[in-house]
Amino acid sequence: MSWQVHLPALLLAVPLLGAFLAPLTALGGKGLRNTWFVLVSAAFTMIAFLLWTRVGSTGTAIYVMGGQGWNLALPSGMSIPVRILMEVDAFSAFMVLLSAVAALAGALFSIGFMDRFSGLEKFVALYFLMVTGMFGMEITGDFFNFFVFLEISSVASFGLVAFWRDRGEALEAAFKYMLVSTLGALMVLVAVAFLYSKYNVVNMATLGKVIEWGMVEKTALVLFLTALAMKCGAVPMHMWMPDAYAEAPAGVTCALIAVSQASLYGLFRVTYTIFGAFMGSPVIPWVIIVLGVLSMFIGVSMAVIQKEVGRLIAYHSVSQVGYMLLGFGVGLLALSDARAMAEYGFTALKGGIYHIVNYTMYKGLLFLSAGALYYATGCRNLNDMGGLGRKMPKTMVLFMIAAAAIAGLPPFNGFVSKLYLYESTFAVHPILAVFAMVTSVLTLASFVKIFQTAFLGPALKKFENVREVPGTMLIGMSVLGVAILALSLFPTWSVNHLVEPAAKALVDQASYIGAVFAASLTGGGL
Amino acid sequence: MNPLSVVARTVCNLFAWFLAVFGIYVIVHGHLTPGGGFQGGAVVATFMAFLLVAHGGRKMQSWVRKELFTLMECIGLTVFISAGLLGMSNTFFFNFLAKAGGLFGSTVPLGPNPGALNTSGTIALMNLSVGLEVVGGLSMILLYMFSGVHPEEPFGREETGHDR
Amino acid sequence: MTGNFPYLVVGILFVMGFIGIVFEKNLVKIAIAVSVVEAATNLFIITLGYRSGGSIPVWTMAGSGSSRMVLPTPQALTLTAIVIGLATTALMLSFAMSIYRHYGSLDVRDVRRLRG
Repeated sequence: MSWQVHLPALLLAVPLLGAFLAPLTALGGKGLRNTWFVLVSAAFTMIAFLLWTRVGSTGTAIYVMGGQGWNLALPSGMSIPVRILMEVDAFSAFMVLLSAVAALAGALFSIGFMDRFSGLEKFVALYFLMVTGMFGMEITGDFFNFFVFLEISSVASFGLVAFWRDRGEALEAAFKYMLVSTLGALMVLVAVAFLYSKYNVVNMATLGKVIEWGMVEKTALVLFLTALAMKCGAVPMHMWMPDAYAEAPAGVTCALIAVSQASLYGLFRVTYTIFGAFMGSPVIPWVIIVLGVLSMFIGVSMAVIQKEVGRLIAYHSVSQVGYMLLGFGVGLLALSDARAMAEYGFTALKGGIYHIVNYTMYKGLLFLSAGALYYATGCRNLNDMGGLGRKMPKTMVLFMIAAAAIAGLPPFNGFVSKLYLYESTFAVHPILAVFAMVTSVLTLASFVKIFQTAFLGPALKKFENVREVPGTMLIGMSVLGVAILALSLFPTWSVNHLVEPAAKALVDQASYIGAVFAASLTGGGL
Repeated sequence: MNPLSVVARTVCNLFAWFLAVFGIYVIVHGHLTPGGGFQGGAVVATFMAFLLVAHGGRKMQSWVRKELFTLMECIGLTVFISAGLLGMSNTFFFNFLAKAGGLFGSTVPLGPNPGALNTSGTIALMNLSVGLEVVGGLSMILLYMFSGVHPEEPFGREETGHDR
Repeated sequence: MTGNFPYLVVGILFVMGFIGIVFEKNLVKIAIAVSVVEAATNLFIITLGYRSGGSIPVWTMAGSGSSRMVLPTPQALTLTAIVIGLATTALMLSFAMSIYRHYGSLDVRDVRRLRG
């Protein structure tokens, strides 16, 4: 057994260790703390990459925490999996990889961005805790752990959103975010309890195997759907999102995006893997589709009228989440019908998954460049900015890349995923594709607005002393910029190697369930 | 928060220690009886709350420093995660100390026993570390909340950079 | 019939907490309402874990006597949820305190600088 078997555990252990030792490294001064911040971030990105390659080559990875062996017969002849189980299939590994990249970029950016603030050892500790929670949500194999990791990442991110606690707005945003998140997490817990009451298991694969379609399951599904849609910022409960994203320090926002993607991951794990084929009626898929369309449209129309850079970009997050919900909803609609799946369902799913990676990369970069603008000029309002392109050329280029990608201009990566979505949603109902296109146009309009007002125009007198942001911040932004360019230049490669395995793993309910029973449990007599 | 009357302080001085002893009892028996690191740690933190209420925050802050609690948290958590990592020869969080002799290594006798503390391997170790962490964390929450209820004091003298 | 009373209590508590979150104006009262919802959730899980005739899940007593040990999963879940609830409540109250410093009020109608 090679050491790579331990990768899922290491993925959680390394950022945890990073968090717990961060206050101690701070005793050694600023340099040591920053080195630790970068080292641990690089380490978990490396682990995430190795995990992704391993899952790609050897299939779903199972890890039993504290188990005595890989083929563990549970004591007292019990065949119900009660041990803490990590299950990493291609979709999880894909999510882990892109979250790790976003977290790495946020960490690198934060070094320069947060430099003048005190209390950074706590910042680093909370940052790593949030990352741990995010990874945990994505690789866990049982529902209760999902709740625990959801809470870890949420509680850590409340602290990070309110890090600038001398600003009342930050506290207000954190309180709102906290209320929505806590309520959502408790709903997840109630849903888990409902499922437990009937099946006496919390393990995802086991549940997926034995689940039936009854009142208890319907209640649980509705609770899961409500809670996780709240957490990922779909429209009726989106109001925390612009507040929290705009008020958090920019590096944190970059990681927060990945955290909200982890909630989205949970939503799809529940609907596809647990309920999947048992969900015969098209009600739930249509609910997801309608939520998606509403998020897309309301998000973007709120964004157009914003004046603060951060809030404008944050409202675009709402609309981008709508794209993913749309793609996954259409995929879910086609799940029980093999012909529809081949015709448009799988394309929609690919579009949704591709959009997740694109969204995380370019939205992270947008927030980072908004943070860079704030760092350099000290103002958040678009009306006060202008002519910064000459002073901050590198930031401008990176912002341009991200803005072109989010607006879906060819040949950037946003175009490819949006094309998949247009194509497939048109087959379901033309109006969906129309909404998606209108949203895309409005997105382009509002990013042209930011670009025009902030970077172009005559140089303002008050910005004479503005200089380009420090190197570490630029490196953090470039990580995401390079990722976007790579995804744009090699669309075929990324679709074939990144997106397709993930999409296949998501629809392949049987292999997710089978992997657990094959690998870690003897006597699967449930 | 001002100190309470001399009666309250005397009673607190006398009885708060029982809380601490009981909390530590719950922590060290965590692997044998109901309770454990978190519960015992919460009881010990109540001891801190008693002192804080009876003697007032200023005096409390002259006795202990917040850095001490940060250190306790760090040490507890690091021991916890190290215990997990050391089991990595088998799997993460593997109980490598159990039944191996040595520290926490003996087997638990079946049936009622007077409290075989030297058992259950890393579970006992993790209870101790979690207890340490919870004492530190909850005490720190109490102290910070105390400094929060005094609006006339600066928000934290040691902070810089905020308020741009 | 009487076996269902705990669920009734859970339902009442949950609805009470939810109403509190939606309609209360004071931040501290909202924090209390969140705690009530938490309590309802914990009570729900604990109630689910009850098995009539089961014995307590203590390792040294397992297998002694004729009574069967209950699976301690719900208890473990509840303990974890309580710990998390404590962290959330503490943080929420701290936020309420800091908000009071900045806005001079705990009323949600006054704490509204972020809008639109």
